Amino acid sequence: MIALWVIPVIPLAGFVLNGLLGTRLGKSFVSAVGVGSAGLATLAAYSRLIPYLSSGGAVVIEPYGSWIVAGSLSVDLSFRLDPLSALMLSFVTFVAFLIHVYSVGYMHHDETDAGYARYFAYLNLFLFAMLTLVLAESFLLMFVGWEGVGLCSYLLVGYYYDREYAAAAGKKAFVVNRIGDFGFLLGMFGLFTTFGSLSYGEVFGKAAANPAAYQPALTLICLCLFVGAVGKSAQVPLYVWLPDAMAGPTPVSALIHAATMVTAGVYMVTRCNVLFRLAPEAMAVVAGIGAFTAIFAGTIAVAQNDIKKVLAYSTVSQLGYMFLACGVGAYVAGMFHVMTHAFFKACLFLGSGSVIHAMGGEQDMRKMGGLRSKLPVTFWTFLLAALAISGIPPLAGFFSKDAILAGAFEAGGLHLLWAVGLFTAGLTAFYMFRLVSLTFYGSFRGTPEQEHHLHESPPSMTLPLIVLAVLSVIGGWVGLPAVLGENANVFARFLAPVLPSLKGVEEHAALPHATEWLLMGVSVIVAAFGLLLAWRWYVKGEGRVPARIAASSPGVYALIADKFRIDELYDSLFVKPFYWLARTLWKVVDVLLIDGILNAGAFLVELTGDLLRFLQTGNVRNYALTFLLGLVALLLVVAGWI
Amino acid sequence: MGIERLLAEHLLSVLVFLPTAGAILLLLLPRSATGVARVAALAVATLECVLSLPLWWHFDVALRGFQFRESAAWIPPLGISYLIGIDGISLLLILLTTILTPVSLLFSLSHVEKEVRGFSIAFLILETGVIGTLVALDLALFYVFWEVMLVPMYFIIGIWGGARRIYAAMKFFLFTMAGSLLMFLAILYVAIRHHAATGVWSFALEDLYRLTFTGTTAVVLFAAFALAFAIKVPVFPLHTWLPDAHTEAPTAGSIILAGILLKLGVYGYLRFALPLFPGTALRYAPWLGVLGVIGVIYGALLAFAQHDMKRLVAYSSVSHLGLVVIGVGAFTTISLQGSILQMVNHGLSTGALFLLVGVLYERRHTREISAYGGVAGIVPVTAALFLIATLSSIGLPGLNGFVGEFLVLLGTWTSPHRWWAVAAATGVILSAIYMLTLVQRVFWNPVTHEENRNLPEIRWSELVAVSVLVVLMVWIGVRPNDVLDRLRVSVDALQESVTAKQLVEAQNGAGLPGGAR
Repeated sequence: MIALWVIPVIPLAGFVLNGLLGTRLGKSFVSAVGVGSAGLATLAAYSRLIPYLSSGGAVVIEPYGSWIVAGSLSVDLSFRLDPLSALMLSFVTFVAFLIHVYSVGYMHHDETDAGYARYFAYLNLFLFAMLTLVLAESFLLMFVGWEGVGLCSYLLVGYYYDREYAAAAGKKAFVVNRIGDFGFLLGMFGLFTTFGSLSYGEVFGKAAANPAAYQPALTLICLCLFVGAVGKSAQVPLYVWLPDAMAGPTPVSALIHAATMVTAGVYMVTRCNVLFRLAPEAMAVVAGIGAFTAIFAGTIAVAQNDIKKVLAYSTVSQLGYMFLACGVGAYVAGMFHVMTHAFFKACLFLGSGSVIHAMGGEQDMRKMGGLRSKLPVTFWTFLLAALAISGIPPLAGFFSKDAILAGAFEAGGLHLLWAVGLFTAGLTAFYMFRLVSLTFYGSFRGTPEQEHHLHESPPSMTLPLIVLAVLSVIGGWVGLPAVLGENANVFARFLAPVLPSLKGVEEHAALPHATEWLLMGVSVIVAAFGLLLAWRWYVKGEGRVPARIAASSPGVYALIADKFRIDELYDSLFVKPFYWLARTLWKVVDVLLIDGILNAGAFLVELTGDLLRFLQTGNVRNYALTFLLGLVALLLVVAGWI
Repeated sequence: MGIERLLAEHLLSVLVFLPTAGAILLLLLPRSATGVARVAALAVATLECVLSLPLWWHFDVALRGFQFRESAAWIPPLGISYLIGIDGISLLLILLTTILTPVSLLFSLSHVEKEVRGFSIAFLILETGVIGTLVALDLALFYVFWEVMLVPMYFIIGIWGGARRIYAAMKFFLFTMAGSLLMFLAILYVAIRHHAATGVWSFALEDLYRLTFTGTTAVVLFAAFALAFAIKVPVFPLHTWLPDAHTEAPTAGSIILAGILLKLGVYGYLRFALPLFPGTALRYAPWLGVLGVIGVIYGALLAFAQHDMKRLVAYSSVSHLGLVVIGVGAFTTISLQGSILQMVNHGLSTGALFLLVGVLYERRHTREISAYGGVAGIVPVTAALFLIATLSSIGLPGLNGFVGEFLVLLGTWTSPHRWWAVAAATGVILSAIYMLTLVQRVFWNPVTHEENRNLPEIRWSELVAVSVLVVLMVWIGVRPNDVLDRLRVSVDALQESVTAKQLVEAQNGAGLPGGAR
């Protein structure tokens, strides 16, 4: 049996090889190493996963030695295979492999040998970091992967480093993530002082054994950890980096900013479900932030014209959905959505990449249209994935979304969270089909030259699309709700050892069947309504209705199209004052105050020296004069006249 | 005495005086023999490095107290002796010195033109000064070496520095001198007290450790030591010599200045100020912590405001050393180990950053950030190395900086001063802001200056020099225990001696107000 460490080390080796030699050995070598290492890692992962399926959810911990020992802190290098990490491992490796394959076609023509090597080196490094994050057995080792994926995100967003917006977007992604990591760090400090360890086994074991002992520290710890998740998974108020991150190559957006890295926050919160369940206030915050982000980002997505921006805001919104699930305790549903979202969102991003590729780099949907006949494979796969994200049964997104909505409905609170989720589902269907309509239907609105060059992408790109589209269709069938059969939810049963439902049974079983059917029906109707409305407005009506609406309230429309001007707000609230403070401190405190005093002191010494110099000119007449004056003064004193 | 025996029994002495011997040898060369001088200095420094490696292997990690000890009488009437030895703390800083010195000289091979012989001599004497300071276990000996360091550095800045080198060298000299003079008086006073108490003259550290000082005496003496060290570190607001000195010094000087000399402030505090006056030191530790927190944030903000690359890196040192100071102030086992490790880390990352800034400077003769932009496509290897050094500097897990930073913050969090850790952890965000902005403005963005299009790539000698540092960054990041193991006993011993002596002081203080034993 292959040791777990082998799985991430394979792409690490790929990174080193391509990083050091890639530029010299040419594109075929780079592709072979890059794709080959991702493929090998996938094989290695599945060689562990397939036997693991029949293990009944045992927790396998593989220690590889000590990493940091200082005082009472002792952190091991250990990996952990349990149902949760197994689930992540299964789709992270596979989706990453597909996207590596796709990248060969996507990046081949545009890039120099050096750029191509750099791209695949980063992509391999990302896979290494992501797998470390997933497999880690301690918070600190997870943090290694956590910041590692952030680094790769920074590098890949800034891949086109000579474009200023890409360079700035990469930096923004890193800095905003660091704000989250600040919370993560404090959370770890809290965990260490509370539990005396940073290993999952010890922390969760102690928390589960003595649930009442760790309040109120636990609420604070959970909130701190959640700040980390908010950064990494682009939730309000730290979501601002993700839309900008679209400056990276599109396969990167698919892999890092849709399917894998951004779900790390959801994974982390789910991983800590033992802790969060003991901190209901923290869970409420998670649910609230998640629900708000879902609807907020969904609204913005409605008014975007850049095809990737729509998908980016959609991702933010869907991640909010996942946190909503975690916050209401429906962790299984959250992870289910993480998985199905990886399939359909990766498919959507790669599909948009195929469109952009065909359009010669154009991303503005207003210049597209009617592409379905020119790009048939892209169109059909995109359509399936769009139906899946919209929650149309029996596609993957329907089941995972339904599970989240059922969880939110159960959570009570006047069913407000459920209502928000439901409305967001409608929004999702609407903006997705607005996108499909604008891109694939109607007539072509680009230049004749662009039209001439329209072509379907090569097989290295369409094959991953087809595989992901198939998964977007069938990926949800592992988690059928209870109404479709008592034991149909294979997914929940698989995760049960790490994610026991609060009631000890599958989460859905708690609802009466009639209610559940009703909820399903309502969500399907809402999704269908959104979908058909978009269809009617943008295909049949050729966008006249939305144009009229926009014209009737231009302020509101502009506000949404401008993404509520949150970036501008942050700019004037944080960025500009930061600049000002930095410059002022430098010019006032350092230069004027501290050095001013010092230089004044030095000047005083100089001045004193200059003045005293007159006492010692070497000129006898001066001495004689001084002597005389001194004598006179002395005589006057002696005589008592002064 | 055979070579083997010399190395076996007097390894530390060899390490202290080998560079000076090399310097004397260089003096015999004609002034014009620049090529020979370059290579000879590098060869001596490399030999020094090789000879210092056995320290790493033969250091007994389980042993308390000082190892590789040597002693000889020096000025017997005053009890001043040549007493040297190392513990884990000095071990790490010595190795950092013996690695950074040849790295700096290797870089300088192709970049120092003026008075090469003098430059090489200054560097070698500097190395003797640093290593002597680190091994000295006699306060008088320590003070001699401490001052020996100052002179060559003054010349390195003043002769081989940039445009404002005279101002910078003078400022550096006056700041440091002001501190050391007070410390000198304090050393004399401590020795006199020892004579008064025991009737014997001694400057030996272990003898003086046995003295207890209380009341105002202790405060004044502690202040004299602490001030000298605080200037060296530097602690806010005594830091303003640093940006000038670092910026104006030649690249190799900046590497040694930031990489090693600053650490001697912290080292001195741990070796002298703290164990000699533990009660006072711990009483004023909160001030140290607060100044450290200010240093972290203030240094980072000022780094962000700079438009000169070297000045930016210099202010980042203020920020990083602030973190080290916090760890010392918090005085927990974890934070102390973190602080000492972080000194090594900062030496590696900042050394590499100064070196790579030097690589750019030597080609374009400007340190202005705005003179660059987009050079990653022109000098990709330099860019990649700079990025790695940046990541080490901003504490990316997997590289060395993270381990030190994490230990300092975690250790501080477990101390009574939890808020220091919270405040200093913002440094994690701030460092990313200023360093990544630098990377973006220098290496990324479109090329705006045509003359940058012909920027030559890093040379082999420079590449080798910086690669040594990169390998160490990865190594410490992945296997920090190799370093931490060597610190463990020394840090424990330090903490125990301080705690024990603090108790004695408290008892004495109650019985004999204001007096020595």
